[in-house]
Amino acid sequence: MAEIIVVTSGKGGVGKTTSSASLACGFARRGKKVAVIDFDVGLRNLDLIMGCERRVVYDFVNVIHGEASLKQALIKDKRFENLYVLAASQTRDKDALTREGVEKVLKELADDGFDIILCDSPAGIEKGAFLAMYFADQAVVVVNPEVSSVRDSDRILGLLASKTRHAEAGERVKEHLLLTRYSPARVESGEMLSIKDVEDVLGLKTVGVIPESSDVLNASNKGEPVILDMESSAGQAYDDAVARLLGEDRPMRFTQLEKKGFFSKLFGG
Amino acid sequence: MSIFDFLKPKKNTASIAKERLRIIVAQERSHRGAPDYLPLLQRELLEVIRKYVSVDVDAVKVEMAKDGDHDVLDISVALPDDRPAVG
Repeated sequence: MAEIIVVTSGKGGVGKTTSSASLACGFARRGKKVAVIDFDVGLRNLDLIMGCERRVVYDFVNVIHGEASLKQALIKDKRFENLYVLAASQTRDKDALTREGVEKVLKELADDGFDIILCDSPAGIEKGAFLAMYFADQAVVVVNPEVSSVRDSDRILGLLASKTRHAEAGERVKEHLLLTRYSPARVESGEMLSIKDVEDVLGLKTVGVIPESSDVLNASNKGEPVILDMESSAGQAYDDAVARLLGEDRPMRFTQLEKKGFFSKLFGG
Repeated sequence: MSIFDFLKPKKNTASIAKERLRIIVAQERSHRGAPDYLPLLQRELLEVIRKYVSVDVDAVKVEMAKDGDHDVLDISVALPDDRPAVG
């Protein structure tokens, strides 16, 4: 049985695609057969973050419209042979996606033996975002510790509880919070919402906390999801999140301020 | 962080953020799942009532509640104490 996981947030720019790419690589590294689909029709970027932008021939919309087979459109990752990317169309608009078309593609992936299908949602609550979440079994809601992101996430949680296949059948989509761009120093000084603050407001548990890190931008620059950089704290934090999503119990890391020495306290830095 | 930090006023804006979020999220959740026509219904009711009584914009509250198997449309109008009727 394929597990369909949507990576969503409502607000743009919080790290959905970055997280989708890293989670996909993390699951693949653990031996799962993974497909990651970009639902952001017209503004595709997952290919760029995954580093396969020059190998896109056919896309998601081509498959839905029968212009290419799923096999032709799936881009095999160069690092993991059990990881595939399905790019969004860059030329069509979001109406090119249909519920029946998306369902057909997801079913074909499940029949092909994929363990995990990650749906990278576009920002907003329009058709693309709706279709990305509609068939999901689980949802990873990406949140920045910042007011507009938290509020939009709550809106998304409301939609997950009402406008999904599971919700319509009287069941629940399993929801997880993924806190990104977290800065323990700014939390300590009282200028950033803490993990507990966000959990309290949204009433949901955190599956991972990704610290603010320059390694994330460097990873995007190279087209290598940051989870592949296991030296970096962000990479390790994503790996923890993957483990937790697979049911492992891991303590949170990189969420406390590292105590600075006397001299750095004195002179800053 | 430096030795002069203690001179700056301590700001704890995170707690303000949390409090504001708590309120707005609770408010938005209470409207969740309610029919789309509620805000319009509320506005039109207010207009009708204002033809007869001078009331504040927030005098009319329209909410959907659940009572067992039934959906209950709960409309409450707060009338002013002794203000004269309009017109």
